[in-house]
Amino acid sequence: MRAQCVRCVTRAECRLRAWTAGLVRGVPFPRPGAPRARRRVVPVPVAPGAVLAEARGVRVRLGGREVLAGVDVTVRAGEVLALVGPNGAGKSTLLAALAGDADRTGGEVRIAGRPVGAWSAPELALRRAVLPQSASLAFPFPVAEVVRMGRAPWAGTEREERDDAEVAAALAATEVSAMADRPFSALSGGERARVALARVLAQRAPLLLLDEPTAALDLRHQELVLRLCRERAAAGDAVVVVLHDLGLAAAYADRVAVLAQGRLAADGPPAEVLRDELLSEVYRHPVEVLPHPAGGAPLVVPVRGLAAMRKTEAGPSTAGAIKAAALPRR
Amino acid sequence: MTAAGTRAPEADAVGEDFPVKCVRPPRSSARGRAAWVLTAGMAAALVALALLSAGLGAYDIPLGDVLAAVRHRVGLGGHGLDRTAESVLFDIRLPRVVLAVLVGASLGCAGTLMQGVFGNPLAEPGVIGISAGAAVGAVGAIALGLSFAGNWTVTVCAFAAGLATVLLVYAMSRDGGRTEVVTLILTGIAVNAFAGALIGLFIFFADNAQITQIAFWQLGSLSQATWPKVLAVLPCALAGLLAAPLYARRLDLLALGERPARHLGVEVERLRRALILVVALLTASAVAVAGIITFVGLLVPHLLRMAAGPGHRFLVPGSALGGALVLVAGDLAARTVAIPAELPLGVLTALIGSPFFFWLLRRTRRRQGGWA
Repeated sequence: MRAQCVRCVTRAECRLRAWTAGLVRGVPFPRPGAPRARRRVVPVPVAPGAVLAEARGVRVRLGGREVLAGVDVTVRAGEVLALVGPNGAGKSTLLAALAGDADRTGGEVRIAGRPVGAWSAPELALRRAVLPQSASLAFPFPVAEVVRMGRAPWAGTEREERDDAEVAAALAATEVSAMADRPFSALSGGERARVALARVLAQRAPLLLLDEPTAALDLRHQELVLRLCRERAAAGDAVVVVLHDLGLAAAYADRVAVLAQGRLAADGPPAEVLRDELLSEVYRHPVEVLPHPAGGAPLVVPVRGLAAMRKTEAGPSTAGAIKAAALPRR
Repeated sequence: MTAAGTRAPEADAVGEDFPVKCVRPPRSSARGRAAWVLTAGMAAALVALALLSAGLGAYDIPLGDVLAAVRHRVGLGGHGLDRTAESVLFDIRLPRVVLAVLVGASLGCAGTLMQGVFGNPLAEPGVIGISAGAAVGAVGAIALGLSFAGNWTVTVCAFAAGLATVLLVYAMSRDGGRTEVVTLILTGIAVNAFAGALIGLFIFFADNAQITQIAFWQLGSLSQATWPKVLAVLPCALAGLLAAPLYARRLDLLALGERPARHLGVEVERLRRALILVVALLTASAVAVAGIITFVGLLVPHLLRMAAGPGHRFLVPGSALGGALVLVAGDLAARTVAIPAELPLGVLTALIGSPFFFWLLRRTRRRQGGWA
């Protein structure tokens, strides 16, 4: 039987491509693994703990500055990994590297066992979904259409039948069902952020890469988003989420990776990683970590007022101290 | 027979291979209905206007006679007309109407594609200088007396120059995957100025007969329509018009931005290259026969977007249909408002299109809160 071209979006294109492929049957396609393969390998569920993505010694230079200077991260199915660190530490760049976007100057990124560059864009789209830091849209599509765009990778597969259900579920999960028919451009910043998240959820990729999904959101919706991350992890997916709120990271992440100046300063369970000394060094501001009165979960509190001023003045110096704090690395 | 050879062995660990079937998803209801109503309405209006345009003019032919003569020609009954009427209808009016349809469809469609690629509703082949670039090729071919491709020489030159211009504009106006409105418009000004200078240079070197011919490019008109001209642009325009709808879905995704589109499986670079080629094809075919006709590619997609939403699956074919409709109507007006004189079509579309462009600029600025 004749299978369909991977990139087909309309039936006409499918036929056209099938026909043209027929003309050159027997002639191998130039790039192995390239999207013209006539079948698409659809990901199957993996056991919890299986490695879905890993970065090994990843280096990235942007504008002459080394933004990532050799970072190792492993992302496993069934866990929420929070990337935290001060501004400019390389969190978003690491996320972009895991997504296959950043131009690496060194190191390797593997997704679902294969180097990220070996996947075609359509195949990669079935394996990882990415939420960008800010959502923009060139034309005023209605919200439901924007979320439906997340289903595009599945066009032409058997799972396409679930499109309507997935879109509805994503709209409901992010509490934007009520605005499904409104144009995206008419929404507030927080609403746009949730719609963008709904699009990423609807994609149903086993690896979710979220760049500051809570930045524009109020308290209630911040908690909602992190709960959604937990739900997806419980369902066997892997979630990597860039966060600024260390309290959220402490409460919801299985693992926290602390980045500072392009390096990994720590990587482990929140209770191990979120320590006074380390955070004070990394953020160059005194931080206290206290156990929550009920339950004992770590509460991260920046020291404020006079005490803070005194501490910063006497405070920690830069790079050397961070390295000292970071050791031993995991 | 399929991908077995091209799959990496590791893929087995993470994937399962099953035949992919081709199913088209259901359309959304209200928007879909609006699109169908619009399509039907525009198609009906186009047919009516085309018939009207074939009959009206300095030499009036009644509608009944037009229908009868056309049916007679294709062998479906009807009856012939007298020699003058036959000649006016088949040698002058019909090629002109067909050309208006082709040129209008090309311009409307090119406008939509352009706006989709740049992610910017102000992009249009005329505004950003692609039409002028293609005209340089056409004028150059005339002034230098080129004839290496026979009847198709002017089209080929217009295509080559148009393609070069699109690439230039694209390279100059994009930065970090985005096109700022200001950069785009300024690039258009620069390209238009340069193209104008080149056309001036060709005029300087041309003889009188060539100058008359060249003057026609600059105004934009369909008055020299003949069947050979229709044939000269037909392949270009048809190829572009048939290819364009294949990219509709991916253009929708491109509205999210380049990276998000790539995250959803669009091979952005490849898509962009293909679309630029299609835009050059469409613009060149329009410019090669009709000169520079601006604003059709701006006005039509905008009105349709307001009526039926920004989804490209309707917008791409819809703007071709709408462009054809606007140009047939425009040409009819150009021919008949000042009988026996004839307004240049390009002048007419610019007269109507410029205020619209002005309004659009104001609205874009208001939305962005300044150009920054």
